Amino acid sequence: MSTATLTPTLTAPSNLARDTAIVFGRELRPVLRDPFSVVFSMIQPLVFLGLFAPLLGNVPGLSGGALQWFVPGIVVMSCLFGASMTGSNLLFEMQTGSHERTLVTPMRRSALLMGRALKEIVPVLVQAVIVIAVVVPFSFELHVAGTVVGLLMLSVFCVGLGSLSYALALAAKGADWIFWTVQQTFLFPILLLAGMLLPVDSAPGWLQTASRLNPLTYVVDAERALFAGSFDGSTVAAGFVAAAFVCALGLLVGGRAMRAAD
Amino acid sequence: MTAQTTQHMIETHGLTKAFTARKRTVEAVRGLDLTVAPGELVALLGPNGAGKSTTLRMLTTLIAPTSGTARVAGYDVATQPQQVRRAIGYIGQGNGAGHNQRGRDELVSHGLAYGMSKASARSRADELVDSLDLTQVADRKVSSLSGGQRRRLDIAMGLIHAPALLFLDEPSTGLDPQNRANLQEHVVALRERYGTTVVLTTHYLDEADSLAERVVVIDHGRLVADDTPARLKADHAGDRITLAFDEVVDAANAAARIVRGHGDAEVEHAEREVVVRVASGARLAPAMLVDLQDAGLPARSVEVARPTLDDVFLNLTGRSLREGHTADQPATDQLDPIGVSA
Ligand SMILES: Nc1ncnc2c1ncn2[C@@H]1O[C@H](COP(=O)(O)OP(=O)(O)O)[C@@H](O)[C@H]1O
Ligand SMILES: [Mg+2]
Repeated sequence: MSTATLTPTLTAPSNLARDTAIVFGRELRPVLRDPFSVVFSMIQPLVFLGLFAPLLGNVPGLSGGALQWFVPGIVVMSCLFGASMTGSNLLFEMQTGSHERTLVTPMRRSALLMGRALKEIVPVLVQAVIVIAVVVPFSFELHVAGTVVGLLMLSVFCVGLGSLSYALALAAKGADWIFWTVQQTFLFPILLLAGMLLPVDSAPGWLQTASRLNPLTYVVDAERALFAGSFDGSTVAAGFVAAAFVCALGLLVGGRAMRAAD
Repeated sequence: MTAQTTQHMIETHGLTKAFTARKRTVEAVRGLDLTVAPGELVALLGPNGAGKSTTLRMLTTLIAPTSGTARVAGYDVATQPQQVRRAIGYIGQGNGAGHNQRGRDELVSHGLAYGMSKASARSRADELVDSLDLTQVADRKVSSLSGGQRRRLDIAMGLIHAPALLFLDEPSTGLDPQNRANLQEHVVALRERYGTTVVLTTHYLDEADSLAERVVVIDHGRLVADDTPARLKADHAGDRITLAFDEVVDAANAAARIVRGHGDAEVEHAEREVVVRVASGARLAPAMLVDLQDAGLPARSVEVARPTLDDVFLNLTGRSLREGHTADQPATDQLDPIGVSA
């Protein structure tokens, strides 16, 4: 301890990419050290998979059979759960003081958000692989190219959703109940309106309208097409537009919240 | 530092912060004028809610002042926050290390956040883990550490980039006496080794007294005194002589006699006891006892206590700093007896 230098070598000036990478690495580390945490947010979707898929067997209008229709929905769902809850990590760090500690560093505020949001991609991919691994033995038909493109779209969506979740944590100013009330209030309507668990084709008109206003609907439709190996132009494009919209909105709102944070 | 260095490490003028919550405005800090020179160790002392944390949060760029200015390490906190952040270390009231992270990982990523290279962040982390006795626990999850270990880890985080100026907000709150002493040693050692300027807040009187060369007393957001502990005590509080008598009436008579004999003394009497607060009481006490004996009012016991910073605070504000903080400190260290006779 006697050889400590007073001025450590500062190699890099603060820049957005480097700062983002630092935050990303820090956020990812506990996931890598404790991979079970990723599986945890999947318990609910897997239960839905086990209970709903058999129910859907006789529902008409499900192209390619119940499992083929249901699995993309479940993949989206597990990401939806994970990304929408991710703000709770920040919430906890706001309560313990470790978020404040990052705010006194020279790192860019936007990097504090982006690094965290980009990390959401990792659980998205891991969860998708797990779901697929579970269903393939049950005669699920895997279309690799479409699935890869689908997961890319889902990653974009989840970066946005994760950012919104972080923005919510910042807006809640450390109050758990605000965070969870808002998160739950939004999560289930958005999930159901997207036709993730049940098709909304035969729903009443107002519900179909609500469904059409939900960006997630387009993502889910596009995922279904892609998982089935179909690159139907307008469906896939609509999905990417919706995912990009949520991503841009999330980064904008989240970045603003982080800059305003004190 | 660089370019804009003045001779002050910290310089504030009329620094003010008002919070508005639910249509009520709280003036947490009111017109603070403070200068700190390089190398100083300053304690901000005040009761809970005095505005200590708010002051530190403004100086560390975490919140913007409502009005007034502050220059820290030569830079303006409002217009050059980035430069300020680069120059300072801050250890807040909470835990800097994320609870689901490992200590050493947090140290390294915190170093990277300050622009250090991976290699130098790693070796600096190792060095700090070593010197703060964290070797056993540095690779465990932070949530599994004890309060004292976590606090030492926080200190290590604040030091990772060897800042020229270090802020510590209530560094020893929640620590047992042994860990508190340990932490104070680290702060002193740090300063001796690097000449780091240290500003800490505390509501522990003994901590301010023993650790800081300069104590800034804050109450209701205002600076009420600013001096060395010794000078504060000399200027704002006298020694305390506690006399006990056999009879209540003797105590009453003795109190009256002391008031007549020592115009500058503050005399209180309750039951069989008389408490005299007077400058250089230790020197006056023997003669006082002889005088009382001659008047037929022999004291049964006497205790002379040096003034504490609490006495200073009481004198300045009319309130005790200890109110509400008695639970974690035994009443005995309020007094510092220097002579007892019968
Ligand atoms: N974010 C905030 N919003 C509203 N009031 C606050 C906020 N932070 C502090 N205060 C108020 O400002 C005053 C000073 O608080 P603080 O600086 O934390 O005191 P100390 O650190 O000396 O205990 C208190 O009355 C506190 O309630
Ligand atoms: Mg405080």
